[in-house]
Amino acid sequence: MEEVTNQSNLQSQSASDSKGESERWASIIGGSAMVLMGLQQRSLRGALMAVAGGSLALHGAKSEKSLPATIADATGINKSIRVEKTVTINRSASDLYNFWHDLENLPTFMQHLKSVKVHDDKRSHWIATAPLGASVEWDAEIVSDQPDRLIAWASVEGADVDNSGFVRFQPAPQGRGTEVKVVLEYNPPGGALTGALAKLFGEEPEQQIGAELSRFKQLMEAGEIATTEGQPSGRS
Amino acid sequence: MKAVCWHGATDVRVDNVPDPKIINPHDAIIKITLTAICGSDLHLYDGFIPSMQSGDILGHEFMGEVVEVGSDVKRVKIGDRVVVPFTISCGNCFFCQRDLWSLCDNSNPNAAIAEKLYGHSAAGLFGYSHIFGGYAGGQAQYARVPFADVGLFKIPDGLTDEQVLFLTDIFPTGYMAAENCNIQPGDTVAVWGCGPVGIFAIKSAYMLGADRVIGIDRVPERLQLAKEFGKAEVINYEEVDAGEAVKEMTGGRGPDACIDAVGMEAHGTDAVAIYDRVKQAVRLETDRPTALRQVIVACRKGGTVSIPGVYGGLLDKIPFGAAFNKGLNFKMGQTHVHRYLSPLLEHIQNGDIDPSYIITHRMKLEDAPKAYEIFKQKKDNCIKVVLDPL
Repeated sequence: MEEVTNQSNLQSQSASDSKGESERWASIIGGSAMVLMGLQQRSLRGALMAVAGGSLALHGAKSEKSLPATIADATGINKSIRVEKTVTINRSASDLYNFWHDLENLPTFMQHLKSVKVHDDKRSHWIATAPLGASVEWDAEIVSDQPDRLIAWASVEGADVDNSGFVRFQPAPQGRGTEVKVVLEYNPPGGALTGALAKLFGEEPEQQIGAELSRFKQLMEAGEIATTEGQPSGRS
Repeated sequence: MKAVCWHGATDVRVDNVPDPKIINPHDAIIKITLTAICGSDLHLYDGFIPSMQSGDILGHEFMGEVVEVGSDVKRVKIGDRVVVPFTISCGNCFFCQRDLWSLCDNSNPNAAIAEKLYGHSAAGLFGYSHIFGGYAGGQAQYARVPFADVGLFKIPDGLTDEQVLFLTDIFPTGYMAAENCNIQPGDTVAVWGCGPVGIFAIKSAYMLGADRVIGIDRVPERLQLAKEFGKAEVINYEEVDAGEAVKEMTGGRGPDACIDAVGMEAHGTDAVAIYDRVKQAVRLETDRPTALRQVIVACRKGGTVSIPGVYGGLLDKIPFGAAFNKGLNFKMGQTHVHRYLSPLLEHIQNGDIDPSYIITHRMKLEDAPKAYEIFKQKKDNCIKVVLDPL
């Protein structure tokens, strides 16, 4: 029931800006149900843009899907990669938000990221590794920044890979730390890069994002990322 | 350095490998002074634990001297004489903070593999396959220990290595198995398996107030150890039906608590045991739960089944209906070694127990292949092997 409600909220809100921004965000980030399930056929980018009020730089913000995109959706070709994963971390929402908010920290636990360079409050440049030593790059903008609660971002026009996502920090019950939910969507551009992207995320992008969140947790709780790389063995 | 490496089922070799080095800021390097082969190493030796790789360094019972520490190590100092719990724990996660150390969230670099198999990942373990982190083990001359301030326990002078080595695993494991029985005055505890863990479970059950303890095995020298060192009444399951015998010995009630200190490679005498061997041989079943089946049927109504024996995968023909209808309690899992280490060290210091009593073989690290073989075959009355890495 919750998913359906969320979705109808999103749709009505894109048509009307009568509610405050945080109230509109609540429809996405509130509740414990799967966000992506609530979105169903709708793109994450569209939903993020709709609740954030949109922005000219971020193409496709409120617009309807183009006909080719609609056909691709209907036939399942060029399906976007969508991932949702939650981990509970034994630290305050504020600590976790602050670490994540410095986007340049992300490559320390996200292995597919080579670097993130922050230009200003809103704009950053991301470089991710791709197979065969190649890399993909994009500029991203922060779509919403709610201290200790949420950071949402989306790539801007001209990105190698169109992508968007958010991270939500929500206190867990009775001193059990903070639930950190990440929702990501990558829209493959087609052609060779689609294959590259698929390889980048492997066959199970959820497992990869899970591993990255698990490294984030290790870093924040234990102060280091567990590894055995560089230890001896009898493999010559 | 020299290290005992796994190269396939029943193929362990002593290889020359590079010395370990500090990798993470909370690491320490230990120069090992004594190490041992555990019964659970035989599951690796026999090839029943998946995700081993040729060249993996074995061993999770080891102790020694700190020779190097990482930049964030505060409590542990170079020169400290320490024992090392076999479970690796960060000390800061939900589980470590609730004294559930073997369930640590942050010590398994391969948590994603474990999550696929088990839903969630438990702690990383030394020398116990890649599902549990792929950490190099301690049957070697040196070892790297992550989270040194949490995972190293200093040993006071006046105690020998042999007296304290088993604080790394088998003594706490036997103790936790007994503690999990929630022993009340007048209780009888039956222990399936009189190997080292079973023996420590027997000793611990008495320490925790059991009225009677019954040990079950088929190997004569183990039964003798259970009787002499453990003061247990003993049953040889090849001579009598163990289930029937414990029932008779407890006035038809059944033992108040039963401990399965056997685990996934149980031997048995009935048709179902043969069925298990066949299925396990062709990998249709990962574990042979003969002891667990008997324990469930033997335990008194409302009693407790405590499982320190290691299981790794899927089990067939578990009499779950018996467990349900008798309202049994189940307690199990890898040992929270960090929880027990200091109190049990005190018991050793007080002279309440001398764990070194169970050692039957003292060998050199170089002789590890032979040691594995005689331990596996229970040759030469072998109960427990310690290896000198020098």
